[in-house]
Amino acid sequence: MTTTLPTHEPPVAEAPPAPVEPSRRRRRRDRGTAEADRGILTGADWRRPRVRVTAGTLHIVMLVVLLAVGLLPLLWLMKSAITPTQDTLTNPMGLFPHGFAFSNLAKAWNDVHIGDFFFNTIAMAAGEWAVQLIVATTGGFALSVLRPKYGRIVSGLVLATLFVPAVVLLVPLYLTILHPPLIGHSLINTFWAVWLPAGASAFNVVLVMRFFDNLPREVFEAARTDGAGTFRLFFSIVLPMSKPIIGVVSVFAINAAWADFLWPNLVLADIRVQPLSVRLPQIQSSTDLGVYLAALAIATLIPVVIFLIFQRTFLRGGGLGGAVKG
Amino acid sequence: MSASTSSLAAPASPPSPAHTAPPDQRARRRHNPITWVQRGGLTTLLFMLPMLIIFGVFSWSPIVQSVIMSFQKTNLVTAPTFVGWDNFAAVFHDPLFYTAIRNTGYFALLAMLFGYPIPLVAAVIMSEVRRMKGLYSVLAYLPVVIPPVVSVLLWKIFYDASGGGVFNTILGWVGIPPQPWIQDAATAMPSLVLQATWAGAGSTIIIYLAALTGVSPELYDAAEVDGAGIWKKIWHVTMPQLRGILFITLILQVIATAQVFLQPYLFTSGGPVNSTTTILLLIYQYAFTNSLGGAYGQATALSLMLAVFLAILSLAYFRLTARWSDK
Repeated sequence: MTTTLPTHEPPVAEAPPAPVEPSRRRRRRDRGTAEADRGILTGADWRRPRVRVTAGTLHIVMLVVLLAVGLLPLLWLMKSAITPTQDTLTNPMGLFPHGFAFSNLAKAWNDVHIGDFFFNTIAMAAGEWAVQLIVATTGGFALSVLRPKYGRIVSGLVLATLFVPAVVLLVPLYLTILHPPLIGHSLINTFWAVWLPAGASAFNVVLVMRFFDNLPREVFEAARTDGAGTFRLFFSIVLPMSKPIIGVVSVFAINAAWADFLWPNLVLADIRVQPLSVRLPQIQSSTDLGVYLAALAIATLIPVVIFLIFQRTFLRGGGLGGAVKG
Repeated sequence: MSASTSSLAAPASPPSPAHTAPPDQRARRRHNPITWVQRGGLTTLLFMLPMLIIFGVFSWSPIVQSVIMSFQKTNLVTAPTFVGWDNFAAVFHDPLFYTAIRNTGYFALLAMLFGYPIPLVAAVIMSEVRRMKGLYSVLAYLPVVIPPVVSVLLWKIFYDASGGGVFNTILGWVGIPPQPWIQDAATAMPSLVLQATWAGAGSTIIIYLAALTGVSPELYDAAEVDGAGIWKKIWHVTMPQLRGILFITLILQVIATAQVFLQPYLFTSGGPVNSTTTILLLIYQYAFTNSLGGAYGQATALSLMLAVFLAILSLAYFRLTARWSDK
């Protein structure tokens, strides 16, 4: 709403009379489209020069701090990844290195085999993503849409695992992977060791269940009346309606897989299946600094790109992981 | 978001015609496997199956096993034997146990001092930004999306204790002598916390920003009618409105810091002289780096104790968020 906005805005002038004018105009326009009508400060507050100067200064200081703290380390990594090692060692904060060393990236990718570990990470993330989606959507569908008698007990047991920290599972889960039931041979050093346990995420099931609960039941009933079976209902009605929540679960799943260290470090000891997160700490001492930093930069690229594409998903659900804002 | 609690308890109104049958009829049919299959019970079970198998094998069974194992001596070769409370006693007799508790507590305390006020102040300032608000959030959240391992390894380079290290170079610009950072028992833990705060503050800021947009504008209007200035508005309107979320982030932070592993493992491996050995690192060492073979019983006993502590906290957290999101 724009009711609190000052009304004495001058018509758009070709040359603004005072330097504050254009910024103030833009500010007003932004306020009109902003989600919140107002915050702590009112339009009247903003018109007081002292407040405007203080708040404006604070905001600029904040922006500088955020740039220095949030962006600068990343920029340093990107710069050092293509800087000759000697330059980084002698003058780590130098703005203009003596030439570029794009060979760092090639060396990291080929000689240190970062390429292989990169694809291992993708394989790990893709499998974890698939298992999580299958478990969460089928399970959520059974619990929220089909609602069998024993559903209450199952959802209770699933919810209960939310209260059990992952730590407590570490040793028994490791022994389970070492001697899995029915399969008869150890899953250590196979991707199944990370794919399957990832599916046991109560958080995903809860997210999907909440979404399914809010779908209009009339649609399901109409589909049933038209003769759709349970499978048809799932694949042709529920899944197509669930794209938003599938997107959210996917983004979190892929990001979590990319970030995971402790568990893959335990069960993927074989170099041929190791993801980046497990491999990077091991190569530190044996790798040339420039090449090593190039490896770190390569490992950072995908998560940062995913974040920049799916900003809204992260910034809306990232905090409490969707626990507060459904 | 009121659906969170009500939806789970919502009365079942499934579309299958059998459920609309009178209760006495339903009760009779339930025991007949043939009608159960005809009514789609098997299909429902089929959809339930992936969840039941995955949770059964990789969540429910390990949880039960961990309770059993904490009372057993297991070496993976001979059959496990019950040893009563011996594993717990062994943990309590380990001097490292107390070191680990002290270190974890110290980590949590420092994380509170560094990490608790900064996101709040930042969020209050950011919430008043009128232009490029999105840019502020993206910048604040950027450290969170860097893979944790990369972030720690990068900071390990920043923390280079020589005069040519990145941080020491910056300190040199303002005339501060080089610091030992993670090389010294006194500065190691604060260094770990500094990195952890950097990596985690963004998500807390996002939580606060969401909570700040939820503060009703009428409250500010009312405060102004009563003649409140900006500081009074922050103190008497904003802060009380954020009380719930402040407590929630506090619990979340304690839960997270009690399980800190990555920083001590990758930065210092618990050193120098065990000054950064945390509880989770000790569990890991019991189970996986013990030269005598895994002390699995001891490891599960310690993780069980930690789990009970954390479960109480998360229970409090879930009760609070449920109440908070019902509003």
